[in-house]
Amino acid sequence: MALPYDSAAKFREYARPEMLVTTDWLAEHLHDQDLVVAESDEDVLLYETGHIPGAVKLDWHTELNDPVTRDYVDGAGFARLMSKKGISRDTTLVLYGDRNNWWAAYALWVCTLFGHPDLRLLDGGRAKWITEGRELSTDAPKRDPAVYPVIERDDSTARAFRAQVEAHLGQPLIDVRSPGEYTGELLHMPDYPQEGALRGGHIPGARSVPWSRAAAEDATFRTRTELEAIYAGEAGLAPDDDVVVYCRIGERSSHTWFVLHHLLGYPHVRNYDGSWTEWGNSVRLPIRRGENP
Amino acid sequence: MTADTLHPRLQEIADDFVGVPDQDRLQLLLEFAQDLPPLPARYAEHRDLLEPVPECQTPLFLAVEVDEDGRVHLFFEAPQESPTTRGFAGILHAGLDGLDAAEVLLTPGEFSSQLGLQDLVSPLRLRGMAAMLARIKRQVRDSAA
Repeated sequence: MALPYDSAAKFREYARPEMLVTTDWLAEHLHDQDLVVAESDEDVLLYETGHIPGAVKLDWHTELNDPVTRDYVDGAGFARLMSKKGISRDTTLVLYGDRNNWWAAYALWVCTLFGHPDLRLLDGGRAKWITEGRELSTDAPKRDPAVYPVIERDDSTARAFRAQVEAHLGQPLIDVRSPGEYTGELLHMPDYPQEGALRGGHIPGARSVPWSRAAAEDATFRTRTELEAIYAGEAGLAPDDDVVVYCRIGERSSHTWFVLHHLLGYPHVRNYDGSWTEWGNSVRLPIRRGENP
Repeated sequence: MTADTLHPRLQEIADDFVGVPDQDRLQLLLEFAQDLPPLPARYAEHRDLLEPVPECQTPLFLAVEVDEDGRVHLFFEAPQESPTTRGFAGILHAGLDGLDAAEVLLTPGEFSSQLGLQDLVSPLRLRGMAAMLARIKRQVRDSAA
């Protein structure tokens, strides 16, 4: 049975308040039978240093990706993974992680492709839980494997592929990378490895709205009013717009996808997970450099 | 020791990793992260003396000294919330600190692939460790020149 929603006043402003939980709510429901908490981090060892008691680990590199093809696991692979983690189709799955929930949002987006019914994000992620001095544990969670059906991945509504982005040129695109990556001065995030893009710049027509604009200092999401001022105001998105978001490999843009689709309620938002590491390496695709879309 | 064999200290580390089951391998990496010594004051107060390693997923800085006897000393700094990067640094510190410059230079560049971590950590993350080793060897060569 699905757990009750978090009725926090801030969430009620959002289009889909049920997609978020507060640290208070999570602490209160931590031992509920139908809840699984999963930590998804950039650093593969961070979970081992201490995690929310009972939380399982979900690694984007080694578990959500297909080991050979650049793609996500298929329906059978996802069912195996969920089953192993003790997650069934009826489980309320709460995700959280480091770095403002980048990877947690990414994992949530991948779970969306498989239509998992009840997915939620911990507002503020790992950082907020720790800042508040809440309990951490290094004990491996004891969960029995669950039965998870094989559901084929549906890439048609939340995911965009390269050819679809080419066909989308001229319609709203949001580039969520840092300003230097957008203009083409940088081929990768500041202080991050060069993850192999041969060309710098952005997809023509894409507006620059770095993902971090949506996050407050404590890693929680900004209020609906603040978010609307950014995305509807500055970026000029209209309510019915068909929007594609992208970054470098699709993780930061999952954060923005979550904001646009679930918090602001835009019905058609797709994450282009090929992102700049595909676009910036592809032969003869149009690229724009500099500050203008 | 030739270019094809690992120094016994590195070999012992590699054997320890390969000899345990997957989950224990991550625990072992975590132990190396925890055992990484803090920076001595002469670097902690002069961070400009450290070389950044941008290939790592999270910020890592290192310094290399070669003493009068030709022995190599390594110093690393990485944030506590980046245990994987700290673990890689800890392995290199445990394996290489105090060796002769010539021994350090003989370390194969692909040492990081001999720890059985590819499937657990991902090749992309392991690139950071290879980059650290490459920068250490370059600094050792520069010191000897």
